[in-house]
Amino acid sequence: MTSIDIAAGRAQAGREAKFRTCPFTGLKVDLAAQRLIVANAVAAVIFLAVGGLFGLLVALTRWPAVHLLPAEWFYLVLTGHGANVLLFWIIFFEIAVLYFASAILLNSRLATPRLGWLAFGLMVVGAAMANVAVLQGDSTVMFTSYPPMKAAPHFYLGLILFAVGALLAVGIFFATLVIAKDERTYEGSVPLVTFGAITAAIIAVYTIASGAVILIPTFLWSIGIVGNIDPLMYKVVWWGMGHSSQQINVSTHVALWYAIAALTVGAVPLSEKVSRTAFLLYILFLQLASAHHLLVEPGISSEWKVFNTSYAMYLAVLGSMIHGLTVPGSIEAAQRRNGFTKGAFEWLRKAPWGNPAFAGMFLSLVMFGFIGGISGVVLGTEQINILMHNTLYVPGHFHGTVVAGTTLAFMAATYLILPLVFQREVAFPKLAKVQPYLFGIGAAGIALFMMGAGTLGVPRRHWDITLTDASIPYEFAAGAFLMMGLNGLFAILAALGGIIYIVVVVASVLWGKRVDPARPAWQFPVTSAAAANVAKYGSHATVKLPGTIILVGVFFVAFMLYYYVNWKYLSAVWPLR
Amino acid sequence: MAVTPPVQRIWWKEPIERVELVWTALAFLWGLAMFSTMIVWHVVGKQNLANEAYRISPQTFIARADAFAEKYKVREEANTGVPVVRPPAGADIYLLGRLWEWWPVLELEKGRTYRLHLSSIDWQHGFSLLPVNINIQVHPGYEHVITITPDQLGQFGIVCNEYCGIGHHQMTGKIYVVEPKPQ
Repeated sequence: MTSIDIAAGRAQAGREAKFRTCPFTGLKVDLAAQRLIVANAVAAVIFLAVGGLFGLLVALTRWPAVHLLPAEWFYLVLTGHGANVLLFWIIFFEIAVLYFASAILLNSRLATPRLGWLAFGLMVVGAAMANVAVLQGDSTVMFTSYPPMKAAPHFYLGLILFAVGALLAVGIFFATLVIAKDERTYEGSVPLVTFGAITAAIIAVYTIASGAVILIPTFLWSIGIVGNIDPLMYKVVWWGMGHSSQQINVSTHVALWYAIAALTVGAVPLSEKVSRTAFLLYILFLQLASAHHLLVEPGISSEWKVFNTSYAMYLAVLGSMIHGLTVPGSIEAAQRRNGFTKGAFEWLRKAPWGNPAFAGMFLSLVMFGFIGGISGVVLGTEQINILMHNTLYVPGHFHGTVVAGTTLAFMAATYLILPLVFQREVAFPKLAKVQPYLFGIGAAGIALFMMGAGTLGVPRRHWDITLTDASIPYEFAAGAFLMMGLNGLFAILAALGGIIYIVVVVASVLWGKRVDPARPAWQFPVTSAAAANVAKYGSHATVKLPGTIILVGVFFVAFMLYYYVNWKYLSAVWPLR
Repeated sequence: MAVTPPVQRIWWKEPIERVELVWTALAFLWGLAMFSTMIVWHVVGKQNLANEAYRISPQTFIARADAFAEKYKVREEANTGVPVVRPPAGADIYLLGRLWEWWPVLELEKGRTYRLHLSSIDWQHGFSLLPVNINIQVHPGYEHVITITPDQLGQFGIVCNEYCGIGHHQMTGKIYVVEPKPQ
């Protein structure tokens, strides 16, 4: 066969795509891709609403003075909370981001939109099935579903269907990359944001494979075909899915930080090489984190724990710390080009804080680093873990990463997706302005107060820390009750932010004004001087980023102090070996 | 911009600026420091969780815990009928997790070392010793042997911090630490 034949064959196989041209970016937008992005984003928001409501009920029950739900309902709702927000909201949104980062950013048509709809259908059916199983009440096994505790078969089946759909969508993402390269829809290398999305997609394949390896036998066990699931083996493999899926989130929201910084202040990556290497570190090392959940289990050697829990000498943490410099650094550089050059922090003070996309992104960046990041490393230290394992410190940590970090970043991105993809003006702009602050401060409070309660020994997934029904009593410190009350208050704040987000999105999608390309309410980038006036990085002898250097310096000192303070706490515990 | 292809096509050859180089080196060294701290603690630290574990059937573990409790029982915990067990220093001691209690109640001597055998006979449980804050996952079918030295006097609570069904919040236990008998 000649190369001409192959090309002809490809042209025949290729779909006749219908495009519109984006009035802001000049990019060609495949309408089929746009519809799929809309569908996945809408599904994401629906599951966020359900899961968020469950979360509020959990927080109000754990507030000792309120203690809203009876025990049975509490555990049921807690199971539903985990599945809906940690899996369904986040992964639907990530699929939307993958389609955006491939078809839209690369100017390409999307591969096989029909399979895209099949993937979407599988994910919706799977998510609905798991929700039905949970609400029926015989699958109150928590998000982690540790055996020998058993859920109804359709709980596992729902998760499996959802995962198959997600895997299919990831495949479409890869296929779209191939098409874009083949049809030369872009020049040179893929954009950094797409590179980040590729990172997320590669980790997703590993994650979903781990999920299949463990959930399929567990499903067969639930219908009686497999006799026994070893509880320790289950945890090792299940967390290959459970923790790795959080690494999909990290890669995705870091990619979105870069995207939002570009679209709001016209930020240019300080160095493509450095930022891409940081993403590469994620691909190579983030999956080892299954070990974080196995540090106080029997039968696992210290050598295995030390190597895996540290992502092989903290090389994935290194990746995050690099992004922690380059994201604010690129914003500072852009803002200085925009003319905000006074002192160390004029660039930050005069940043577009009234734009919810920027505000949400920057809050997400700071809180992910300071709250989620530092606590995660400390919690994942082999010996220190014994102080916090399964206490409320653990949900405290991951509300710092997944809520204050990922969810807030996704919300921020929504304020760009609405005009760019949905082609709607953001409804209730004044409400939208305060939304990231309400949600962000709420999420930070939830994370910090749960961590505080955890250090006082308050267990996670626990209905009643007064232990009223226990035959042998134990009294928690008064501070623990105070922390749980504050956690409840901040949960209300976050819920308020969540409700505003959903109201704004629903109103914009259903009744929002269509964007008028001639007179848009929003500009991209918001400050356009920088984009027009891009200095090629590397052509200067030095780029002065004093503000960013101070910020990362503060971070570094906080990190070191908190890390070693916890070793000090550990040294006071009963000696054991 | 991050949403468009790199301005310089040969981006992998561009020089790395000093601020990024220094920060990356610093972060890498910090990672090495944290990694080494874990290893150093295995040598100098007194809190390193045991790797000693065995597979065990629930029946065998129940039998051993029963025999242990019968041999060293000194009284019953008030209003519960749960035996309070005071083993001699250095003994193998057993703590059994089940729906929904930690059994039996232990009475240990301050400053003495014991070999604590932990296992569950049904679902997974979370051993959480309070307010000391020692938290260990307990699996059915696995016996974890931890050599432990209580160094504080008083009454310590044990709660369950792994969800184990509707009675999870009723699952508690207790350890008394008392002055050692002169040896």
